[in-house]
Amino acid sequence: MSICILDPGPLTIVQDLGRSGSAADGYRSCGAADSYSARLANLLVGNAAGDAVLETTLRGPELRFEIATVFALTGAETPAQLDGQPVPFFAPLFAPAGSVLKIGMAKEGLRSYLAVWGGILVPVVRRSRSTDLACHLGGFQGRRLCKGDVLPVAMPGDSATAWWKTIHRCKADHPLGDAAACTGARLWRWEQNRRLPLLRAVPGPQWEAFTPAGQQTFTHGSYQLTADCNRMACKLQGPVIETVHGSDILSDGIVEGSVQVSSSGQPIVMLADHQTTGGYAKIATVISADLPALAQLRPGQQVAFTLTDPARAVAAARTQAACLKQVADRLAARTTPKFIHAGRLFL
Amino acid sequence: MSVRLAPVGDTGILAVFEQQISEEIGAQVSALNTAVQGAKIPGAGETVPAFASLLVRYDPLVTDYDQMAQAISRLAEHLPPPDTSAGRLVTIPVCYGGEYGPDLSFVAEHAGLSEKEVIRRHTGREYRIYMLGFLPGFPYLGGLDPALVTPRLQNPRTSIPAGSVGIGGEQTGVYPVESPGGWQLIGRTPLKLFDPERPPLYAAGDRIKFSAITPEQFAALAEKEANP
Repeated sequence: MSICILDPGPLTIVQDLGRSGSAADGYRSCGAADSYSARLANLLVGNAAGDAVLETTLRGPELRFEIATVFALTGAETPAQLDGQPVPFFAPLFAPAGSVLKIGMAKEGLRSYLAVWGGILVPVVRRSRSTDLACHLGGFQGRRLCKGDVLPVAMPGDSATAWWKTIHRCKADHPLGDAAACTGARLWRWEQNRRLPLLRAVPGPQWEAFTPAGQQTFTHGSYQLTADCNRMACKLQGPVIETVHGSDILSDGIVEGSVQVSSSGQPIVMLADHQTTGGYAKIATVISADLPALAQLRPGQQVAFTLTDPARAVAAARTQAACLKQVADRLAARTTPKFIHAGRLFL
Repeated sequence: MSVRLAPVGDTGILAVFEQQISEEIGAQVSALNTAVQGAKIPGAGETVPAFASLLVRYDPLVTDYDQMAQAISRLAEHLPPPDTSAGRLVTIPVCYGGEYGPDLSFVAEHAGLSEKEVIRRHTGREYRIYMLGFLPGFPYLGGLDPALVTPRLQNPRTSIPAGSVGIGGEQTGVYPVESPGGWQLIGRTPLKLFDPERPPLYAAGDRIKFSAITPEQFAALAEKEANP
């Protein structure tokens, strides 16, 4: 009962929703960079939202399903083929035993997600299956996938066939038609006939460490993702953000979305693999509902920020969760209690 | 207790204390951390104590900033007086000098002390753990003897062994895993400080004391750690 990696692509890793609960001990959360897409992929096949999936980067892997299973692709759309036949994103799909899935190069966006029924069953380390690339723990042997790796999956093939029939009966075997449901909704700012991805952010704990001019630079300027972007952080390049007395602070706890400003005045937005604490002043925090959009930006792309408050940010998180719940409900009514995952979709 | 609350997006709230590294403030952070964890606030998640702040995460599908701020303010108002002697005392055995601490002689020279005196002073104190970060199990310690303050290496090493005990400026600490680093290495502990399968040996708010061991004791302890 397994999946065999024939070609891993540039960076394919096992992720769930992160290793929460160990930050005080210095463990990074990790987890899917675009957690909306990871949740969606799971819900499309009837998994719990937090089951382990594969996260790909730019180009997907080629892999063989050694048993029949149900799978779904979400995130950055790529040309994908199952045994040479094109297959859509954002839909549950049936894979016969021995079939080969090839996930191509993303046209736009950066990260795609593959969920298989029952999840990828790598060992749980500190309550999570997420790969921590920096500390070499969790996931598949604490590392990115390589050619020849064999991933354990859960469900026996004949139950997958039965499950696929159930999905078919529920009429849940077609792609999601709604773009907002596919991506979790994205915001844009028009600027000189250019469409800039717009990230909502709550003023950060050190907002006052920046001059009014610096604060305005952050909210009015646009920033380019440098080549130095990975799962730990997106380093941005743009107008210098002015501080009152420099950007060094006593280190404090940071979260995914924290926008630190380096001593050179450039913003650094923390992603899933960020360290648990940081010593640069944080001008803002990108809201959780907009982190998926950030995780799909490529180096070279421009991005802009707009301010919001915690109440609106919480409302946005709930709207996004409601979107996912609709997908979960398509299958939840027809499933055994084991497959009902209403409720805490978020943490 | 004087604490300012600030939002951290829609999933966190930061309780900010007077911005200084001191036993007093560290004890206040620990006291609030204990209170928050004990209060079981609906929707509250994990906490991250640091030098002079406490980050409290929350689930925005269950609660929101205002409810969390209210609950934390109430806790902060009714905290017992901070107790700087609270927390566990954890002893870390260290083999000083030689291959375990290649920079011990430099630190001694820089301080104008004998190597023996450096070891005596380094093992003669308890160090408060203000926070863990950078790597799992990496403690940020306070309280280094001012005489032992030594600048970092001009050229950081690309790899130093797990368990290395060093001095970097006014800080002392121990590397839980093999990593690059610029600290002056004065010794090494055989204890496995990073082991996801075991509960951590220490947490923020605890104190660390180093005790000197011989290379023979190091070997015996290392053997025990490898085959528990």
